[in-house]
Amino acid sequence: MGLFVDIEKRLGAFRLRVRFEAEEGVTALLGASGCGKSMTLKCIAGIEKPDRGKIILDGVTLFDSEKHLSVKPQERRVGYLFQQYALFPTMTVEENVRCGVRERKDRRERAAEMIERMGLHGLEKRTPRQLSGGQQQRVALARILVNDPELLLLDEPFSALDSHLRFRMEGELRQLLREFRKPVLMVSHDREEVYRLSQRVIVLHDGSVETQGTREEVYRAPGTPAGALLTGCRNVSPVELREDGLLYARDWGIPLRLEGGHHDVGAVGIPMEALRPGPGENETRCRVLEVLENPCSLVLFLRPLTAPEDSTPLVMELPKGEWAAIAAEELTVSLPDAAILRLKGEA
Amino acid sequence: MDWFPFLNSLRIAGISTFAVFFLGIFAAYYIARLPRVLKGVLDVFLTLPLVLPPTVVGYLLLRVLGPKRLIGSWVLATFGLKMTMTWWSAIFATTVVIFPLMYRTARGAFEAFDETLAWSGKTLGMSNSAIFWRIRMPACRQGILAGTVLAFARALGEYGATSMLAGYTPGRTATISTTVYQLWRTNDDRGAMTWVLINIGISALVLLAVNLLEKKQRDTERGVA
Repeated sequence: MGLFVDIEKRLGAFRLRVRFEAEEGVTALLGASGCGKSMTLKCIAGIEKPDRGKIILDGVTLFDSEKHLSVKPQERRVGYLFQQYALFPTMTVEENVRCGVRERKDRRERAAEMIERMGLHGLEKRTPRQLSGGQQQRVALARILVNDPELLLLDEPFSALDSHLRFRMEGELRQLLREFRKPVLMVSHDREEVYRLSQRVIVLHDGSVETQGTREEVYRAPGTPAGALLTGCRNVSPVELREDGLLYARDWGIPLRLEGGHHDVGAVGIPMEALRPGPGENETRCRVLEVLENPCSLVLFLRPLTAPEDSTPLVMELPKGEWAAIAAEELTVSLPDAAILRLKGEA
Repeated sequence: MDWFPFLNSLRIAGISTFAVFFLGIFAAYYIARLPRVLKGVLDVFLTLPLVLPPTVVGYLLLRVLGPKRLIGSWVLATFGLKMTMTWWSAIFATTVVIFPLMYRTARGAFEAFDETLAWSGKTLGMSNSAIFWRIRMPACRQGILAGTVLAFARALGEYGATSMLAGYTPGRTATISTTVYQLWRTNDDRGAMTWVLINIGISALVLLAVNLLEKKQRDTERGVA
Protein backbone atom coordinates (compact mmCIF):
# COMPACT_ATOMS: atom_id res chain seq x y z
CA MET A 1 0.00 0.00 0.00
CA GLY A 2 1.02 3.61 -0.36
CA LEU A 3 2.81 5.20 -3.24
CA PHE A 4 5.64 3.71 -5.24
CA VAL A 5 7.50 5.87 -7.74
CA ASP A 6 10.34 4.82 -10.02
CA ILE A 7 10.57 7.15 -12.99
CA GLU A 8 12.96 8.69 -15.45
CA LYS A 9 12.44 11.80 -17.53
CA ARG A 10 14.75 13.82 -19.70
CA LEU A 11 14.18 17.53 -20.33
CA GLY A 12 16.94 19.01 -22.44
CA ALA A 13 20.14 18.60 -20.44
CA PHE A 14 18.24 17.90 -17.22
CA ARG A 15 17.65 14.30 -16.23
CA LEU A 16 15.16 13.29 -13.57
CA ARG A 17 15.73 9.86 -12.11
CA VAL A 18 13.86 9.19 -8.88
CA ARG A 19 12.82 6.09 -7.00
CA PHE A 20 11.06 6.19 -3.66
CA GLU A 21 8.10 5.00 -1.66
CA ALA A 22 5.69 6.97 0.48
CA GLU A 23 3.41 5.51 3.11
CA GLU A 24 0.59 7.09 5.08
CA GLY A 25 1.77 10.34 6.62
CA VAL A 26 3.75 13.19 5.19
CA THR A 27 6.82 12.58 3.06
CA ALA A 28 8.73 15.69 2.08
CA LEU A 29 10.73 16.14 -1.08
CA LEU A 30 13.42 18.56 -0.04
CA GLY A 31 15.49 20.18 -2.73
CA ALA A 32 16.72 23.41 -4.25
CA SER A 33 14.73 24.97 -7.08
CA GLY A 34 15.23 23.18 -10.37
CA CYS A 35 16.10 19.85 -8.73
CA GLY A 36 13.03 18.14 -10.17
CA LYS A 37 10.66 18.24 -7.20
CA SER A 38 7.74 19.80 -9.04
CA MET A 39 8.37 17.68 -12.13
CA THR A 40 8.10 14.59 -9.93
CA LEU A 41 4.73 15.73 -8.60
CA LYS A 42 3.49 16.45 -12.13
CA CYS A 43 4.48 12.98 -13.26
CA ILE A 44 2.62 11.42 -10.34
CA ALA A 45 -0.50 13.50 -11.08
CA GLY A 46 -0.35 12.58 -14.77
CA ILE A 47 0.24 16.10 -16.03
CA GLU A 48 3.67 15.15 -17.32
CA LYS A 49 4.59 11.81 -18.75
CA PRO A 50 7.83 10.13 -17.66
CA ASP A 51 10.01 8.61 -20.37
CA ARG A 52 10.35 5.39 -18.44
CA GLY A 53 9.27 3.78 -15.22
CA LYS A 54 6.39 2.95 -12.97
CA ILE A 55 4.01 4.72 -10.63
CA ILE A 56 1.83 2.61 -8.36
CA LEU A 57 -0.69 3.97 -5.85
CA ASP A 58 -2.35 1.60 -3.36
CA GLY A 59 -1.69 -1.38 -5.61
CA VAL A 60 -3.14 0.35 -8.69
CA THR A 61 -0.68 1.00 -11.50
CA LEU A 62 -1.04 4.62 -12.64
CA PHE A 63 1.86 4.52 -15.05
CA ASP A 64 3.94 1.74 -16.53
CA SER A 65 6.07 2.50 -19.56
CA GLU A 66 6.67 -1.19 -20.32
CA LYS A 67 2.95 -1.91 -20.51
CA HIS A 68 2.31 1.42 -22.29
CA LEU A 69 -0.09 2.24 -19.51
CA SER A 70 -0.83 5.76 -18.38
CA VAL A 71 -3.99 6.45 -16.42
CA LYS A 72 -5.56 9.82 -17.25
CA PRO A 73 -5.06 12.49 -14.58
CA GLN A 74 -8.84 12.63 -14.23
CA GLU A 75 -8.90 9.02 -13.00
CA ARG A 76 -5.84 9.01 -10.76
CA ARG A 77 -7.52 10.39 -7.63
CA VAL A 78 -4.54 12.51 -6.78
CA GLY A 79 -5.20 15.79 -4.97
CA TYR A 80 -2.77 18.45 -6.14
CA LEU A 81 -2.34 21.69 -4.21
CA PHE A 82 -0.57 24.02 -6.64
CA GLN A 83 1.86 26.66 -5.51
CA GLN A 84 -0.53 29.51 -6.38
CA TYR A 85 -3.56 27.29 -5.59
CA ALA A 86 -4.96 27.45 -9.17
CA LEU A 87 -8.45 28.51 -8.08
CA PHE A 88 -10.72 29.14 -11.05
CA PRO A 89 -10.81 32.96 -11.17
CA THR A 90 -14.18 33.28 -12.87
CA MET A 91 -16.00 31.11 -10.34
CA THR A 92 -17.14 31.84 -6.80
CA VAL A 93 -15.89 29.92 -3.79
CA GLU A 94 -18.81 27.51 -3.83
CA GLU A 95 -18.54 26.94 -7.59
CA ASN A 96 -14.85 26.21 -7.16
CA VAL A 97 -15.53 23.66 -4.44
CA ARG A 98 -18.37 22.12 -6.45
CA CYS A 99 -15.92 21.44 -9.28
CA GLY A 100 -14.19 19.06 -6.89
CA VAL A 101 -17.25 16.89 -6.23
CA ARG A 102 -17.03 13.80 -8.42
CA GLU A 103 -20.50 12.39 -7.81
CA ARG A 104 -23.31 14.01 -9.74
CA LYS A 105 -25.85 13.75 -7.00
CA ASP A 106 -25.69 15.81 -3.82
CA ARG A 107 -23.09 18.06 -5.41
CA ARG A 108 -24.44 21.15 -3.68
CA GLU A 109 -24.73 19.53 -0.24
CA ARG A 110 -21.27 17.96 -0.32
CA ALA A 111 -19.68 21.25 -1.34
CA ALA A 112 -21.59 23.17 1.34
CA GLU A 113 -20.52 20.66 3.97
CA MET A 114 -16.86 20.99 3.03
CA ILE A 115 -17.08 24.80 2.94
CA GLU A 116 -18.45 24.67 6.48
CA ARG A 117 -15.76 22.24 7.62
CA MET A 118 -12.98 24.43 6.22
CA GLY A 119 -14.30 27.51 7.98
CA LEU A 120 -15.28 29.25 4.75
CA HIS A 121 -18.90 29.84 5.69
CA GLY A 122 -20.06 33.28 4.56
CA LEU A 123 -17.52 33.47 1.74
CA GLU A 124 -19.46 31.25 -0.71
CA LYS A 125 -20.31 34.05 -3.15
CA ARG A 126 -16.86 35.63 -3.25
CA THR A 127 -14.46 35.19 -6.13
CA PRO A 128 -10.91 34.02 -5.41
CA ARG A 129 -9.38 37.45 -5.81
CA GLN A 130 -11.61 38.81 -3.06
CA LEU A 131 -10.06 36.38 -0.59
CA SER A 132 -6.94 36.63 1.53
CA GLY A 133 -4.05 34.28 0.82
CA GLY A 134 -4.99 32.06 3.73
CA GLN A 135 -8.62 31.84 2.62
CA GLN A 136 -7.52 31.00 -0.91
CA GLN A 137 -5.48 28.12 0.41
CA ARG A 138 -8.45 26.85 2.40
CA VAL A 139 -10.68 26.97 -0.69
CA ALA A 140 -8.06 25.06 -2.67
CA LEU A 141 -7.82 22.45 0.07
CA ALA A 142 -11.63 22.22 0.35
CA ARG A 143 -11.84 21.65 -3.40
CA ILE A 144 -9.21 18.91 -3.18
CA LEU A 145 -10.57 17.16 -0.08
CA VAL A 146 -14.16 17.10 -1.35
CA ASN A 147 -12.70 15.27 -4.36
CA ASP A 148 -11.77 12.41 -2.01
CA PRO A 149 -8.19 11.82 -3.18
CA GLU A 150 -6.10 8.75 -2.34
CA LEU A 151 -2.92 10.80 -2.31
CA LEU A 152 -2.18 14.44 -1.63
CA LEU A 153 0.51 16.43 -3.42
CA LEU A 154 1.50 19.76 -1.89
CA ASP A 155 3.73 21.97 -4.01
CA GLU A 156 5.45 24.58 -1.80
CA PRO A 157 2.18 25.04 0.11
CA PHE A 158 3.13 28.27 1.86
CA SER A 159 5.26 30.06 -0.69
CA ALA A 160 2.34 32.27 -1.81
CA LEU A 161 1.65 33.51 1.74
CA ASP A 162 3.02 36.40 3.76
CA SER A 163 5.34 35.21 6.52
CA HIS A 164 2.96 36.01 9.40
CA LEU A 165 0.18 34.01 7.71
CA ARG A 166 2.50 31.11 7.00
CA PHE A 167 2.75 30.02 10.57
CA ARG A 168 -0.99 30.01 11.11
CA MET A 169 -1.76 28.16 7.89
CA GLU A 170 0.94 25.65 8.71
CA GLY A 171 -0.88 24.88 11.94
CA GLU A 172 -4.16 24.41 10.10
CA LEU A 173 -2.54 22.19 7.50
CA ARG A 174 -0.79 20.08 10.13
CA GLN A 175 -4.16 19.42 11.76
CA LEU A 176 -5.74 18.54 8.43
CA LEU A 177 -2.94 16.21 7.43
CA ARG A 178 -3.18 14.38 10.75
CA GLU A 179 -6.80 13.53 9.90
CA PHE A 180 -6.07 12.61 6.28
CA ARG A 181 -4.62 9.13 6.94
CA LYS A 182 -3.35 8.61 3.42
CA PRO A 183 0.02 9.34 1.81
CA VAL A 184 0.96 13.00 1.44
CA LEU A 185 3.87 14.16 -0.66
CA MET A 186 5.06 17.67 0.06
CA VAL A 187 7.59 19.62 -1.96
CA SER A 188 9.56 22.36 -0.26
CA HIS A 189 12.95 23.98 -0.02
CA ASP A 190 12.33 25.25 3.51
CA ARG A 191 14.15 22.95 5.92
CA GLU A 192 12.23 24.08 9.02
CA GLU A 193 8.84 23.78 7.37
CA VAL A 194 9.79 20.31 6.17
CA TYR A 195 10.94 19.25 9.62
CA ARG A 196 7.78 20.54 11.32
CA LEU A 197 5.34 18.98 8.85
CA SER A 198 6.79 15.71 7.68
CA GLN A 199 7.70 12.34 9.09
CA ARG A 200 9.93 11.21 6.25
CA VAL A 201 12.29 13.25 4.13
CA ILE A 202 13.70 12.62 0.68
CA VAL A 203 16.57 14.85 -0.40
CA LEU A 204 16.51 15.53 -4.13
CA HIS A 205 19.53 16.96 -5.86
CA ASP A 206 19.97 17.56 -9.55
CA GLY A 207 17.20 15.17 -10.52
CA SER A 208 18.04 12.26 -8.25
CA VAL A 209 17.41 11.05 -4.73
CA GLU A 210 20.46 11.59 -2.53
CA THR A 211 19.23 10.61 0.91
CA GLN A 212 15.98 9.37 2.36
CA GLY A 213 14.76 8.33 5.78
CA THR A 214 12.88 9.62 8.78
CA ARG A 215 13.24 13.33 9.29
CA GLU A 216 15.44 12.75 12.34
CA GLU A 217 17.77 10.45 10.42
CA VAL A 218 18.07 12.74 7.44
CA TYR A 219 18.63 15.89 9.49
CA ARG A 220 21.14 14.15 11.74
CA ALA A 221 23.03 12.51 8.88
CA PRO A 222 22.18 14.19 5.58
CA GLY A 223 24.76 12.02 3.84
CA THR A 224 25.75 14.31 0.98
CA PRO A 225 26.96 17.90 0.67
CA ALA A 226 23.70 18.93 -1.03
CA GLY A 227 21.71 17.20 1.70
CA ALA A 228 23.74 18.96 4.38
CA LEU A 229 23.17 22.39 2.80
CA LEU A 230 19.42 21.71 2.38
CA THR A 231 18.96 20.57 5.96
CA GLY A 232 20.53 23.78 7.16
CA CYS A 233 24.21 23.07 7.56
CA ARG A 234 25.99 26.22 6.43
CA ASN A 235 29.58 24.98 6.39
CA VAL A 236 30.31 22.27 3.87
CA SER A 237 33.72 21.43 2.44
CA PRO A 238 35.28 18.52 0.61
CA VAL A 239 38.15 16.84 2.39
CA GLU A 240 41.53 15.62 1.15
CA LEU A 241 44.29 13.51 2.57
CA ARG A 242 47.58 15.43 2.46
CA GLU A 243 51.18 14.18 2.51
CA ASP A 244 51.46 14.65 6.26
CA GLY A 245 48.87 11.86 6.65
CA LEU A 246 46.20 14.22 7.97
CA LEU A 247 42.74 14.80 6.61
CA TYR A 248 42.14 18.42 5.62
CA ALA A 249 38.93 20.33 5.04
CA ARG A 250 39.96 21.69 1.65
CA ASP A 251 38.11 25.03 1.70
CA TRP A 252 39.42 25.99 5.11
CA GLY A 253 42.85 24.34 5.17
CA ILE A 254 42.09 22.88 8.59
CA PRO A 255 43.44 19.46 9.60
CA LEU A 256 40.60 17.38 11.08
CA ARG A 257 40.80 14.56 13.56
CA LEU A 258 37.68 12.49 13.11
CA GLU A 259 36.80 9.85 15.65
CA GLY A 260 36.23 6.49 13.97
CA GLY A 261 38.57 7.37 11.11
CA HIS A 262 37.85 9.01 7.83
CA HIS A 263 37.11 5.97 5.75
CA ASP A 264 34.47 6.85 3.11
CA VAL A 265 34.38 10.50 4.12
CA GLY A 266 34.43 12.71 1.02
CA ALA A 267 33.25 15.94 2.60
CA VAL A 268 32.35 17.35 5.98
CA GLY A 269 29.61 19.63 7.19
CA ILE A 270 29.54 21.74 10.33
CA PRO A 271 26.33 23.45 11.46
CA MET A 272 27.01 27.14 12.12
CA GLU A 273 25.82 26.91 15.71
CA ALA A 274 28.21 24.00 16.37
CA LEU A 275 31.36 26.08 15.90
CA ARG A 276 32.69 27.20 19.28
CA PRO A 277 34.91 30.16 20.11
CA GLY A 278 38.09 29.34 21.98
CA PRO A 279 40.49 26.40 21.80
CA GLY A 280 39.27 22.80 21.62
CA GLU A 281 38.91 19.96 19.15
CA ASN A 282 40.10 20.77 15.64
CA GLU A 283 40.88 24.33 16.60
CA THR A 284 41.98 26.95 14.14
CA ARG A 285 42.85 30.63 14.15
CA CYS A 286 40.53 32.78 11.99
CA ARG A 287 40.22 36.31 10.75
CA VAL A 288 36.75 37.87 11.21
CA LEU A 289 35.56 39.00 7.77
CA GLU A 290 32.10 40.21 8.59
CA VAL A 291 29.62 40.29 11.45
CA LEU A 292 25.91 40.12 10.62
CA GLU A 293 23.36 41.03 13.23
CA ASN A 294 20.20 38.96 13.71
CA PRO A 295 17.54 39.87 16.28
CA CYS A 296 18.90 37.45 18.89
CA SER A 297 22.25 36.36 17.58
CA LEU A 298 25.23 37.29 15.47
CA VAL A 299 26.51 35.53 12.42
CA LEU A 300 30.27 35.66 11.95
CA PHE A 301 32.02 35.07 8.65
CA LEU A 302 35.45 33.70 9.39
CA ARG A 303 38.44 32.86 7.25
CA PRO A 304 40.96 30.47 8.79
CA LEU A 305 44.51 31.86 8.46
CA THR A 306 45.37 28.61 6.67
CA ALA A 307 42.67 29.08 4.03
CA PRO A 308 43.29 30.58 0.59
CA GLU A 309 42.05 34.15 -0.01
CA ASP A 310 39.15 33.25 -2.29
CA SER A 311 37.84 30.34 -0.21
CA THR A 312 34.32 30.10 1.17
CA PRO A 313 34.28 31.53 4.71
CA LEU A 314 33.26 29.55 7.77
CA VAL A 315 29.97 30.72 9.23
CA MET A 316 29.46 30.73 12.98
CA GLU A 317 26.42 31.75 14.97
CA LEU A 318 26.90 33.23 18.43
CA PRO A 319 24.55 34.62 21.06
CA LYS A 320 24.95 38.40 21.18
CA GLY A 321 26.34 38.54 24.72
CA GLU A 322 29.03 36.00 23.99
CA TRP A 323 30.47 38.02 21.11
CA ALA A 324 30.60 41.21 23.14
CA ALA A 325 33.00 39.49 25.54
CA ILE A 326 35.41 38.20 22.90
CA ALA A 327 35.08 40.71 20.05
CA ALA A 328 38.34 40.86 18.10
CA GLU A 329 39.68 40.92 14.57
CA GLU A 330 41.11 37.46 15.00
CA LEU A 331 39.94 34.59 17.11
CA THR A 332 40.41 30.90 17.70
CA VAL A 333 37.48 28.61 17.03
CA SER A 334 37.09 24.90 17.52
CA LEU A 335 35.15 22.38 15.47
CA PRO A 336 33.82 19.78 17.93
CA ASP A 337 34.21 16.34 16.45
CA ALA A 338 30.74 15.20 17.58
CA ALA A 339 29.09 17.96 15.54
CA ILE A 340 30.95 17.26 12.30
CA LEU A 341 28.74 15.62 9.69
CA ARG A 342 30.48 12.90 7.69
CA LEU A 343 29.43 13.28 4.08
CA LYS A 344 30.28 11.55 0.88
CA GLY A 345 31.10 12.93 -2.54
CA GLU A 346 31.93 16.35 -3.88
CA ALA A 347 30.46 19.59 -2.57
CA MET B 1 -35.93 55.63 -46.88
CA ASP B 2 -34.99 52.11 -47.93
CA TRP B 3 -33.46 50.26 -44.95
CA PHE B 4 -32.48 47.17 -46.94
CA PRO B 5 -28.69 47.89 -47.01
CA PHE B 6 -28.72 48.28 -43.23
CA LEU B 7 -30.53 45.00 -42.60
CA ASN B 8 -28.50 43.19 -45.22
CA SER B 9 -25.21 44.39 -43.75
CA LEU B 10 -26.36 43.37 -40.28
CA ARG B 11 -27.33 39.84 -41.28
CA ILE B 12 -24.17 39.27 -43.32
CA ALA B 13 -21.98 40.53 -40.48
CA GLY B 14 -24.01 38.62 -37.89
CA ILE B 15 -23.86 35.28 -39.67
CA SER B 16 -20.20 35.50 -40.59
CA THR B 17 -19.25 36.60 -37.06
CA PHE B 18 -21.18 33.65 -35.65
CA ALA B 19 -19.30 31.27 -37.95
CA VAL B 20 -15.92 32.88 -37.30
CA PHE B 21 -16.49 32.83 -33.54
CA PHE B 22 -16.33 29.03 -33.53
CA LEU B 23 -13.90 28.60 -36.42
CA GLY B 24 -11.43 31.09 -34.98
CA ILE B 25 -11.54 29.71 -31.46
CA PHE B 26 -11.11 26.11 -32.48
CA ALA B 27 -8.36 26.95 -34.93
CA ALA B 28 -6.57 28.92 -32.20
CA TYR B 29 -6.99 26.12 -29.68
CA TYR B 30 -5.86 23.25 -31.87
CA ILE B 31 -3.14 25.00 -33.85
CA ALA B 32 -1.43 26.00 -30.60
CA ARG B 33 -0.92 22.26 -29.95
CA LEU B 34 0.61 21.37 -33.32
CA PRO B 35 4.30 20.75 -33.95
CA ARG B 36 6.20 23.96 -34.50
CA VAL B 37 6.78 23.84 -38.27
CA LEU B 38 3.19 22.94 -39.14
CA LYS B 39 2.01 25.61 -36.70
CA GLY B 40 4.14 28.25 -38.41
CA VAL B 41 2.89 27.36 -41.87
CA LEU B 42 -0.78 27.27 -40.88
CA ASP B 43 -0.40 30.46 -38.91
CA VAL B 44 0.89 32.35 -41.95
CA PHE B 45 -1.79 30.89 -44.18
CA LEU B 46 -4.64 31.73 -41.79
CA THR B 47 -3.43 35.24 -41.07
CA LEU B 48 -2.85 36.10 -44.72
CA PRO B 49 -6.39 37.52 -45.35
CA LEU B 50 -5.62 40.18 -42.73
CA VAL B 51 -2.88 41.72 -44.84
CA LEU B 52 -4.03 40.90 -48.36
CA PRO B 53 -6.10 43.53 -50.16
CA PRO B 54 -9.79 42.49 -49.97
CA THR B 55 -9.87 42.50 -53.78
CA VAL B 56 -7.27 39.74 -53.81
CA VAL B 57 -9.38 37.72 -51.38
CA GLY B 58 -12.43 38.41 -53.56
CA TYR B 59 -10.61 37.31 -56.68
CA LEU B 60 -9.40 34.07 -55.08
CA LEU B 61 -12.89 33.32 -53.79
CA LEU B 62 -14.36 33.89 -57.24
CA ARG B 63 -11.81 31.41 -58.57
CA VAL B 64 -13.38 28.65 -56.46
CA LEU B 65 -16.96 29.78 -55.96
CA GLY B 66 -17.68 31.14 -59.47
CA PRO B 67 -20.35 29.24 -61.43
CA LYS B 68 -17.74 27.66 -63.70
CA ARG B 69 -15.22 26.95 -60.97
CA LEU B 70 -14.57 23.90 -58.80
CA ILE B 71 -16.98 24.40 -55.89
CA GLY B 72 -19.31 26.86 -57.58
CA SER B 73 -20.07 24.56 -60.50
CA TRP B 74 -20.65 21.59 -58.22
CA VAL B 75 -23.09 23.52 -56.00
CA LEU B 76 -24.85 24.85 -59.10
CA ALA B 77 -25.17 21.33 -60.57
CA THR B 78 -26.21 19.67 -57.33
CA PHE B 79 -28.46 22.25 -55.66
CA GLY B 80 -29.17 24.58 -58.56
CA LEU B 81 -27.74 27.45 -56.52
CA LYS B 82 -25.44 30.10 -57.88
CA MET B 83 -22.88 30.97 -55.22
CA THR B 84 -22.14 34.47 -56.48
CA MET B 85 -24.23 37.63 -56.86
CA THR B 86 -26.67 36.69 -54.09
CA TRP B 87 -26.89 38.39 -50.67
CA TRP B 88 -25.37 35.36 -48.95
CA SER B 89 -22.39 35.29 -51.29
CA ALA B 90 -21.09 38.20 -49.22
CA ILE B 91 -20.97 35.92 -46.17
CA PHE B 92 -18.10 33.96 -47.75
CA ALA B 93 -16.24 37.16 -48.40
CA THR B 94 -16.64 38.63 -44.92
CA THR B 95 -15.96 35.29 -43.22
CA VAL B 96 -12.58 34.95 -44.88
CA VAL B 97 -11.67 38.58 -44.27
CA ILE B 98 -12.58 38.63 -40.55
CA PHE B 99 -11.33 35.16 -39.68
CA PRO B 100 -7.76 36.27 -38.84
CA LEU B 101 -9.04 38.90 -36.40
CA MET B 102 -10.85 36.27 -34.36
CA TYR B 103 -8.14 33.67 -34.75
CA ARG B 104 -5.32 35.95 -33.63
CA THR B 105 -7.09 37.52 -30.66
CA ALA B 106 -8.32 34.12 -29.46
CA ARG B 107 -4.82 32.71 -29.82
CA GLY B 108 -3.37 35.58 -27.82
CA ALA B 109 -5.92 35.00 -25.08
CA PHE B 110 -5.23 31.26 -24.99
CA GLU B 111 -1.49 31.80 -24.83
CA ALA B 112 -1.92 34.08 -21.81
CA PHE B 113 -4.01 31.43 -20.04
CA ASP B 114 -2.47 29.97 -16.89
CA GLU B 115 -2.15 26.28 -17.72
CA THR B 116 -2.10 25.22 -14.06
CA LEU B 117 -5.84 26.00 -14.00
CA ALA B 118 -6.40 23.32 -16.63
CA TRP B 119 -4.10 20.93 -14.76
CA SER B 120 -5.97 21.40 -11.52
CA GLY B 121 -9.25 20.81 -13.37
CA LYS B 122 -7.85 17.54 -14.67
CA THR B 123 -6.69 16.30 -11.27
CA LEU B 124 -10.16 17.13 -9.93
CA GLY B 125 -11.64 14.80 -12.53
CA MET B 126 -13.14 17.40 -14.87
CA SER B 127 -13.50 16.34 -18.50
CA ASN B 128 -11.47 18.14 -21.15
CA SER B 129 -14.58 19.75 -22.60
CA ALA B 130 -15.71 20.94 -19.16
CA ILE B 131 -12.25 22.43 -18.64
CA PHE B 132 -12.49 24.17 -22.01
CA TRP B 133 -15.97 25.63 -21.61
CA ARG B 134 -16.04 26.31 -17.87
CA ILE B 135 -12.46 27.32 -17.15
CA ARG B 136 -10.47 28.19 -20.25
CA MET B 137 -13.17 30.11 -22.15
CA PRO B 138 -14.40 32.19 -19.19
CA ALA B 139 -10.82 33.05 -18.24
CA CYS B 140 -10.13 34.13 -21.82
CA ARG B 141 -13.46 35.84 -22.43
CA GLN B 142 -12.05 39.37 -22.49
CA GLY B 143 -9.81 38.58 -25.43
CA ILE B 144 -12.40 36.45 -27.15
CA LEU B 145 -15.08 39.10 -26.71
CA ALA B 146 -12.79 41.77 -28.05
CA GLY B 147 -11.99 39.58 -31.05
CA THR B 148 -15.66 38.91 -31.72
CA VAL B 149 -16.66 42.55 -31.65
CA LEU B 150 -13.70 43.55 -33.75
CA ALA B 151 -14.60 40.86 -36.27
CA PHE B 152 -18.23 42.00 -36.33
CA ALA B 153 -17.26 45.63 -36.85
CA ARG B 154 -14.86 44.68 -39.62
CA ALA B 155 -17.53 42.49 -41.29
CA LEU B 156 -19.95 45.40 -41.20
CA GLY B 157 -17.46 47.57 -43.04
CA GLU B 158 -16.26 44.97 -45.57
CA TYR B 159 -16.37 46.36 -49.10
CA GLY B 160 -13.78 44.95 -51.50
CA ALA B 161 -14.36 41.21 -51.44
CA THR B 162 -18.08 41.69 -50.84
CA SER B 163 -18.59 43.82 -53.93
CA MET B 164 -16.74 41.27 -56.05
CA LEU B 165 -18.74 38.29 -54.84
CA ALA B 166 -22.16 39.82 -54.30
CA GLY B 167 -22.01 42.87 -56.55
CA TYR B 168 -24.46 45.72 -56.03
CA THR B 169 -28.13 45.06 -56.70
CA PRO B 170 -30.44 47.48 -54.87
CA GLY B 171 -32.86 45.58 -52.67
CA ARG B 172 -31.03 42.29 -53.20
CA THR B 173 -27.30 42.42 -52.47
CA ALA B 174 -26.74 46.03 -51.45
CA THR B 175 -24.89 46.56 -48.17
CA ILE B 176 -24.12 49.83 -46.42
CA SER B 177 -20.61 50.01 -47.81
CA THR B 178 -21.56 49.16 -51.40
CA THR B 179 -24.48 51.59 -51.19
CA VAL B 180 -22.22 54.45 -50.10
CA TYR B 181 -19.97 53.79 -53.07
CA GLN B 182 -22.90 53.54 -55.49
CA LEU B 183 -24.59 56.72 -54.22
CA TRP B 184 -21.32 58.66 -54.35
CA ARG B 185 -20.67 57.40 -57.89
CA THR B 186 -24.11 58.58 -59.00
CA ASN B 187 -23.61 62.01 -57.39
CA ASP B 188 -26.24 61.41 -54.68
CA ASP B 189 -24.27 63.25 -52.01
CA ARG B 190 -27.16 63.46 -49.58
CA GLY B 191 -27.89 59.74 -49.75
CA ALA B 192 -24.23 58.84 -49.42
CA MET B 193 -23.86 61.11 -46.39
CA THR B 194 -26.90 59.55 -44.71
CA TRP B 195 -25.38 56.06 -44.96
CA VAL B 196 -21.98 57.31 -43.90
CA LEU B 197 -23.53 58.73 -40.74
CA ILE B 198 -25.45 55.52 -40.10
CA ASN B 199 -22.27 53.52 -40.51
CA ILE B 200 -20.33 55.74 -38.10
CA GLY B 201 -23.22 55.52 -35.64
CA ILE B 202 -23.29 51.72 -35.66
CA SER B 203 -19.54 51.41 -35.33
CA ALA B 204 -19.47 53.85 -32.42
CA LEU B 205 -22.28 51.91 -30.71
CA VAL B 206 -20.42 48.63 -31.12
CA LEU B 207 -17.24 50.03 -29.62
CA LEU B 208 -19.18 51.62 -26.77
CA ALA B 209 -20.80 48.27 -26.06
CA VAL B 210 -17.37 46.64 -25.75
CA ASN B 211 -16.19 49.24 -23.29
CA LEU B 212 -19.30 48.87 -21.16
CA LEU B 213 -19.05 45.08 -21.20
CA GLU B 214 -15.43 45.19 -20.15
CA LYS B 215 -16.13 47.61 -17.34
CA LYS B 216 -18.99 45.48 -16.10
CA GLN B 217 -16.74 42.44 -16.13
CA ARG B 218 -14.06 44.19 -14.12
CA ASP B 219 -16.67 45.31 -11.61
CA THR B 220 -18.07 41.81 -11.14
CA GLU B 221 -14.60 40.50 -10.54
CA ARG B 222 -13.92 43.18 -7.96
CA GLY B 223 -17.31 42.50 -6.40
CA VAL B 224 -18.72 45.99 -6.95
CA ALA B 225 -21.78 44.83 -8.88
